[in-house]
Amino acid sequence: MNLFFFLFASITVLSAIAVISSRNPVHSVLFLILAFVNSAGLFVLAGAEFLAMILLIVYVGAVAVLFLFVVMMLNISLEEIKNQVKKYFYSGLFVGLVLMVELFFSFSNLDLIRNKNIEVINNKNLTNTHLIGSVMYTEYFFVFQLSGCILLVAMIGAIVLTLRRREGVLRQDISKQVSRKKKDSIELINVKNDNAN
Amino acid sequence: MDNFFIQLIEILTISSYVLLIVGPLLICVAFLTYLERKVIAAVQYRKGPNVVGMFGLLQPFADGVKLFSKETIIPASANKVIFILAPMVSFALSLVAWSVIPISENLVLADINVGILYIFAISSLSIYGVIMAGWASNSKYAFLGALRSTAQMVSYEVSIGFVIVCVLLCVGSLNLTDIVMAQKSCWFFIPLFPMFIVFIISALAETNRAPFDLPEDESALVAGYFTEYSSMLFAMFFLGEYSAMILMSSLGTILFLGGWLPPLDYYIFKIVPGFLWFFIKVGLLLFVFLWVRATLPRFRYDQLMRLGWKIFLPLSLFWVFVTASVLVFFDLLPNPYG
Repeated sequence: MNLFFFLFASITVLSAIAVISSRNPVHSVLFLILAFVNSAGLFVLAGAEFLAMILLIVYVGAVAVLFLFVVMMLNISLEEIKNQVKKYFYSGLFVGLVLMVELFFSFSNLDLIRNKNIEVINNKNLTNTHLIGSVMYTEYFFVFQLSGCILLVAMIGAIVLTLRRREGVLRQDISKQVSRKKKDSIELINVKNDNAN
Repeated sequence: MDNFFIQLIEILTISSYVLLIVGPLLICVAFLTYLERKVIAAVQYRKGPNVVGMFGLLQPFADGVKLFSKETIIPASANKVIFILAPMVSFALSLVAWSVIPISENLVLADINVGILYIFAISSLSIYGVIMAGWASNSKYAFLGALRSTAQMVSYEVSIGFVIVCVLLCVGSLNLTDIVMAQKSCWFFIPLFPMFIVFIISALAETNRAPFDLPEDESALVAGYFTEYSSMLFAMFFLGEYSAMILMSSLGTILFLGGWLPPLDYYIFKIVPGFLWFFIKVGLLLFVFLWVRATLPRFRYDQLMRLGWKIFLPLSLFWVFVTASVLVFFDLLPNPYG
C-alpha cells in the first residue's frame, strides 16, 4: 500500500511539473495524461475504485484525446508560448492562489465536508458504485439534473457554432438509393430517325 | 522491514500469475493469425499456409522469427521517444485488460467491483498508442490514419457504452463474475438481441477490423498509423491488435453468451469444464471477426461515421430506455441490497 502510494504520488507530482516545464506542447499533454492515470491509481488506493475508473474514462479517454487533437492540429510554436506566459503570468498566479486558499480551507474543516448522511446509508455493506448512485439520484437529484442540463446546453452550443450548410455538397441518402425503382430512373423514348435515307 | 518483504512476495506471486495469463494469450494470438489466414483462404478457395510444419501450423512462429530478425528502422524526422513508446503502450494496454476477465468460476486474477468499467477505461486508453504513433512518425499517411482511428474509436465507444449500460441494468453490478452469474437462466443475447448485434459491429470498429479498417486503409494510406514501423515495433502493434480482438470476443462472451456457463443446465453439458465453454464461445466470436473480414468490402469513412452516430447511438439509447422501462414495469430490477 505504502510502496504504491509513494510510486503513484511521486509520478503524479513529477509529471505535473513536466506538464508546465516541457518545451513541446504535445509532450505536455502526454504528461498530463500520465498525471491523470497516476491520480486514478491514487483513487484506487484510497478505495474509490468507481471514481478512478470514471476519471480514466472521462478525462483520459475523452477530454484529453480532444485536447491532444487540438494541440497537434494547431502546431503551436515555442515563441508564441513564451510570449503568452508573460501575458498570462499574473492572472495564472491569481487563479493558483485562489485554488490554494480554497484547498487550505477545505483541509482545515474536514468535518464540514464529511456528510453525515452518507455514513448512515453505508451500514448495509454496499459497494462504492451503489452508494454514489443512491446518494446522487436521491439526495442530490435536482443538482445532478441541472449539471446535466448545463452540459447539454454546452453541447448544443458547440453544434450550433460548427454547423454550416454549404451548397453543392454531395450527400448519400441510403433510403433514397434503396427505394429507387427501374421506372424512376430509366425512361424509354422513341426517337424519330430523321437520317434514315 | 517485514512489511516490505511481505509486499515483495505478494508482488512476485502476482507477477507469476500474470505470466500464466500472458504466455497462453500470446500463443493464442499467434494461432489466431494462422487461423485468420486459413479461414480467409477457405473462403476464397485457396489452401492458405501449408508449408511450415504440419498443415502450416508453425507458420506464426516462422513469422515471429522473421519479425525479430529484421532491422528496426526509426525515421530521421520522427520523435524518437514517443515513436518507440507508442507500440509499447498499445501492446501493454491490450494485455493489461486481461487481469479482470473471468475465464471460469474463480479463475480470474483480479475480481474487482468495477471490472466492466476497468475494461472500458483500458479500451479508451488504447487510443493513445495509435495517436502517439501517428504523431511521432511525422508522416502524413501515419497522421491521417491516426486521426481516422481516433475519431472512429471515440465514436464507437459511445454505442458500446450504451450496450454495456443495457446489460448492467439487467445485472445490477459492475463485477464481471456477477454479470456471468446473472445469465444462469437465460443468456443475455436472447432478450437483448439487437444490442448483441450492435456490440459485435461496434467491436469490429473499436478494434479497427474489416470492414471498418480505415485507419490502415492500404489502398489510400499505405498502412495507416503504423506505416513507418518495422520489425518488433511493428510486431507489437500487430500483437496488440489481435489481443484486442480476443479481448473484445471475451467481453462479448461475458456480456451476452453467458461466459463459462454451459448452454443448458443438463448433466452432460456440465461435464465439460467451464473454461472450455468459454474458449468455444470466444472462438465462435473470433470466427465471426474473420468471416466478416473475408466477406465484406471496406466502408467509406462518412458511411462509418454515419453508422456510428446516426444509427447506433439513437438505437442503443432507445434500447436502454426500453430495457429500463420493461424492468421497472415488470418489477424485475435487480436489488443491490439483496
